[in-house]
Amino acid sequence: MSTGIKHRAGKIKKSREDRIFDFCIYTIAGLLTLIALYPIYFVVIASFSDPKAVSAGDVVLFVSGFSLKGYKHLLQYAELWRGYLNTILYALVGTLICLVVNIPAGYALSRKDLYGRKWFVIFYMIPMFFSGGLIPTYINIQKLGLYDTFWVMVLPFSVITYYIIVARTFFTTGLPEDLWEAAQIDGASTLRYFFSVVLPLSKAILAVIALWSAVGQWNSYFNAMIYLRNSNLQPLQLVLRNILINNQTASSMMTGTAASEARELSDLIKYGAIVISSAPIMCMYPFVQKYFNQGVMVGSLKG
Amino acid sequence: MEKRRNGKAYALMRLKKSRQLYLLMLPSIIILVLFTYVPMYGIMIAFEDFSPAKGILGSPWAGLKYFKQYFASYKFWPTIRNTIVISVYSIAVTFPLPIALALMCNQMRARRFKKFFQVSTYLPHFISTVVMCGMIILFTSPSSGVIAKLLSFVGITFPNVMGSASAFPTVFVLSEAWQHVGWDSILYIAALSAIDPALYEAATMDGASKWQKMLHIDIPLLMPTASIMFILRMGSVMSVGFEKVYLLQNQLNMASSEIISTYVYKMGLISSQYSLSSAINLFNTLINLVLLLSVNYITSKLQGTSLI
Repeated sequence: MSTGIKHRAGKIKKSREDRIFDFCIYTIAGLLTLIALYPIYFVVIASFSDPKAVSAGDVVLFVSGFSLKGYKHLLQYAELWRGYLNTILYALVGTLICLVVNIPAGYALSRKDLYGRKWFVIFYMIPMFFSGGLIPTYINIQKLGLYDTFWVMVLPFSVITYYIIVARTFFTTGLPEDLWEAAQIDGASTLRYFFSVVLPLSKAILAVIALWSAVGQWNSYFNAMIYLRNSNLQPLQLVLRNILINNQTASSMMTGTAASEARELSDLIKYGAIVISSAPIMCMYPFVQKYFNQGVMVGSLKG
Repeated sequence: MEKRRNGKAYALMRLKKSRQLYLLMLPSIIILVLFTYVPMYGIMIAFEDFSPAKGILGSPWAGLKYFKQYFASYKFWPTIRNTIVISVYSIAVTFPLPIALALMCNQMRARRFKKFFQVSTYLPHFISTVVMCGMIILFTSPSSGVIAKLLSFVGITFPNVMGSASAFPTVFVLSEAWQHVGWDSILYIAALSAIDPALYEAATMDGASKWQKMLHIDIPLLMPTASIMFILRMGSVMSVGFEKVYLLQNQLNMASSEIISTYVYKMGLISSQYSLSSAINLFNTLINLVLLLSVNYITSKLQGTSLI
């Protein structure tokens, strides 16, 4: 009630200068929203349009000459669906491992009575600043027999110091210390306390890290490019790279069709591939964005 | 003597008390040792005439041969220059914009619109690198790209930016800005929301306009956060991400798109020059380390606390 009154009072007092200022702010913000959304919107409408209309520049604001040609081609593109499935598996298993590995470490580091805490912090921090580099890591992965296997995508790079720091900050600021003392008096061990008290209270941080990890798995291609050869193991992003960057579809269609037609269709397929591959994340994002924001805030508190 | 034994016993007791905590850290410790710490001894490759058949321990010593080879090669300056140009250009554009965005966002009173504005400017952040590069290539095509089409309505001919070395840094930086500026503003929006409302009320009493309040309250109070972020960014000035640059590279823009990380990859895994690649990588890692440590030193002097 009182805020409403305040708001109205503010409106009456608004000076000319403030009105111009507001006008500028909202105009610029509107323009920026447009700039942020238009490219995404364009990809969607282009993917549903006639390839000729897209290349002629008729598709600007609306779908022109509705067509599902691109999607029809993509449906038959077995590699894409194989990649999709692989990525889902990598994201599920990778996220699970990521939680199992990073969350307990974050908790342990948040406990002041951890003997040798300072040394452990240094141990976890060093990889942020220094690593063996590409070639030694590559040779090591080969030696351990993980090269070109499912596990190379989910296990070796699952410890992420940043996640551990965020989790630790959450546990230090979010869990009252009396809780542990009370549990101790009740005779609970650290493990018992962690699993039956800490974890149920930490759904927010579990969600944040799971989301980060899943999105990371969904979007990355570097490790797959370096460590995978078998085409049956390829994740979505590598298949997309073949379609979008290496123009694989265009060259495979060149036989029989005119060059310009093949290029138009290949562009259409590209728009469709972008939509299919990004839809899950884009659709999920508005609903879970508060978790992402929370994560950034926790992360920005000094770890 | 007595005291020391007590100290030892005390340490042993604390060690014993922490054992379940060690158990919680065990999975991450095993993975880090196996996959991050073990490869560190492979840095020796940079100082050897490494051959996979002889292994890391069996290959003959070469001293600084490969470092000298890189310093003397015709790729030395271009890779370093390109890395710095792309990096500094990125910072110049993508550092101030999120601050401006956060200041703007903070002024908006229309709740719904503000929310919509935030969600839409964060959205591009979630597009994958591969898709982003695919979009850049599709959009900037001079014959069928949407940018060329939109510009042709106003009579401007759009040049072939992907085929030009001089345009590459701009393409990289502008697409970077489109994708991440919204997301990067979250931190500043959080900092702004922590400002004491009494400051604004006092300023309103004194007849300050919105513009004046932004200039004299918001900006000064954002400065500490901004300066820390700036210093941190400067610490990574010699490390440009591999993924995006590699995908946007082509023969025509190579003169400005070959950076240290892409060169390390090509030398190492495509040309199999393991020792040269490792030497370049180590050189770059050391520069980054020195930059980060100096940055950490500066921030700790400014803030009184160390970031590391």
